[in-house]
Amino acid sequence: MRRRVLPGFGLSLGYTLTWLCLVVLLPLAALAWKASGIGFEGVARLFTSPRTLSALKLSFGGALLAAMANVVIGLVVTWALVRYRFPGRRLLDALIDLPFALPTAVAGIALTAIYAPNGWLGQWLVPLGIKVAYTPLGVLLAMVFVGFPFVVRTLQPVLQSLERDVEEAAESLGATGAQTFLRVILPTLVPTLLTGFALSLARGVGEYGSVIFIAGNIPNRSEIAPLLIVQRLEEFDYATASALGIVMLAFSLLLLVLVATLQRWTRRWAEPAT
Amino acid sequence: MTMVHRRRRASTPRRLGRLALIVATCAFLCLFLLVPLASVFVEAWRQGAHAFLESIDDPDALAAIRLTLFVALVSVPLNVVFGVAAAWAMTRFTFRGKALLGALIDLPLSVSPVVSGLLFVLMFGAQGWFGPWLAAHGINIIFAVPGLVLATIFITLPFVARELIPLMQAQGTEEEEAARVLGASGWQTFFRVTLPNIRWALLYGVLLSNARAMGEFGAVSVVSGHIRGLTTTMPLEVEMRYNEYNYVGAFAIASLLALLALVTLAVKAALEWRFHADTDVVAAARRRGT
Repeated sequence: MRRRVLPGFGLSLGYTLTWLCLVVLLPLAALAWKASGIGFEGVARLFTSPRTLSALKLSFGGALLAAMANVVIGLVVTWALVRYRFPGRRLLDALIDLPFALPTAVAGIALTAIYAPNGWLGQWLVPLGIKVAYTPLGVLLAMVFVGFPFVVRTLQPVLQSLERDVEEAAESLGATGAQTFLRVILPTLVPTLLTGFALSLARGVGEYGSVIFIAGNIPNRSEIAPLLIVQRLEEFDYATASALGIVMLAFSLLLLVLVATLQRWTRRWAEPAT
Repeated sequence: MTMVHRRRRASTPRRLGRLALIVATCAFLCLFLLVPLASVFVEAWRQGAHAFLESIDDPDALAAIRLTLFVALVSVPLNVVFGVAAAWAMTRFTFRGKALLGALIDLPLSVSPVVSGLLFVLMFGAQGWFGPWLAAHGINIIFAVPGLVLATIFITLPFVARELIPLMQAQGTEEEEAARVLGASGWQTFFRVTLPNIRWALLYGVLLSNARAMGEFGAVSVVSGHIRGLTTTMPLEVEMRYNEYNYVGAFAIASLLALLALVTLAVKAALEWRFHADTDVVAAARRRGT
């Protein structure tokens, strides 16, 4: 065992742990304590209510669809940004982070204004029968908006460091472009794409600000789960709010574990190459 | 050379495929990112400069701007201290449970903003853990400024630490150990060796946590109680005005927040450039060392 040369172990770790306990662990304990107050009967009543079920279905289902769309969009966008040189590329690259930087409430009202029946895009889409604002489709759109930078930003470094010689080998052995992509490139990207998928999914499930404006919040149709929590809190029904909160938190934790596992997998995958 | 030369002159179908991908990417990003961004400014100026200025030069708007700045000014420095301490502990020492600690630091990133706000209502709200005690002593946390600050601290907790940990890991401890051997005290080592080495990453973390602190909506919305002029930050004022059908007013404040986002992105791009220079130096030093 090497002697510690650098000082500050007790101070830095002690401060970190104290702060984490105060800001993160104690509040989480409060959530578990309040949620336990609802009892089994309460849980059964809550999760058989059609309104709750429809909200959970929209939040989880919508986020799932949005994450799948983001994987496809993210792959195309990242490929173009990494592999090709074209005017405006650097500007577009910097703009990818806009959904991270733009406050969610601003994104929410902007998307609503564009897709409303009299909006810039809405006035063309609505006559075609495509209603985006105040429908589940709008919820999906907002979830794609907040989630797609996750896929691009996890994929970008991996695609940049991908060795070209494997592709060149495949091509010199007579593989077509599509074969090279599907059999050589895509398999190495799978863990990264899954990480991006999970991150985008986690963000979509919990998203509130950018969704509530465009959703229109029609009960049983376009209400999301976080909104139900807000409504229960406004009625001071803390127990039901915390039960819903626990469900969402458990799902976030599950995804966190999944992402950590995937990242370990990606590292292991990358190492034998050297 | 001939290899490279042949690869440059790709076949026609491949050139078409490349063109299609570039066009699709540009079209998607313009439609999806630039159009919403532009619409914020257009909507804010819809009724001219006078209406725009009037909706910002208004006591409620000014109070919201002041409160937003105050919340960021309190929570960002606290996150800097936490981030530096956490990164120091995580990268300079080995101890049991390190992976768990790392996961805990990242946790707030994956919790729904609404659930984050809920946590603090359950602690300090009227029926919360400390609610009765706080009420007996006349202290307001929920539906008051302290609640806004707490929720913001929770939401932005990981930002500084996440930027510092990978960089300090990559930089290693040789320089600091050398400083110690040459007789520098612990704090001297930190301020003269560590801090200059991590300054760009630290600034990057500050930038990201500031943007999030000023723009946070969900968590803050739950603990705020929406009391005009007292507990509404800028994003909450946007929501209230929007729900009152005061669209120009809502978009006027939204345009200020969008401007903040654009400045953040510009500074971020500039910092990334510096940052890459730093990490390249580290990488080069590593290569020389091994």
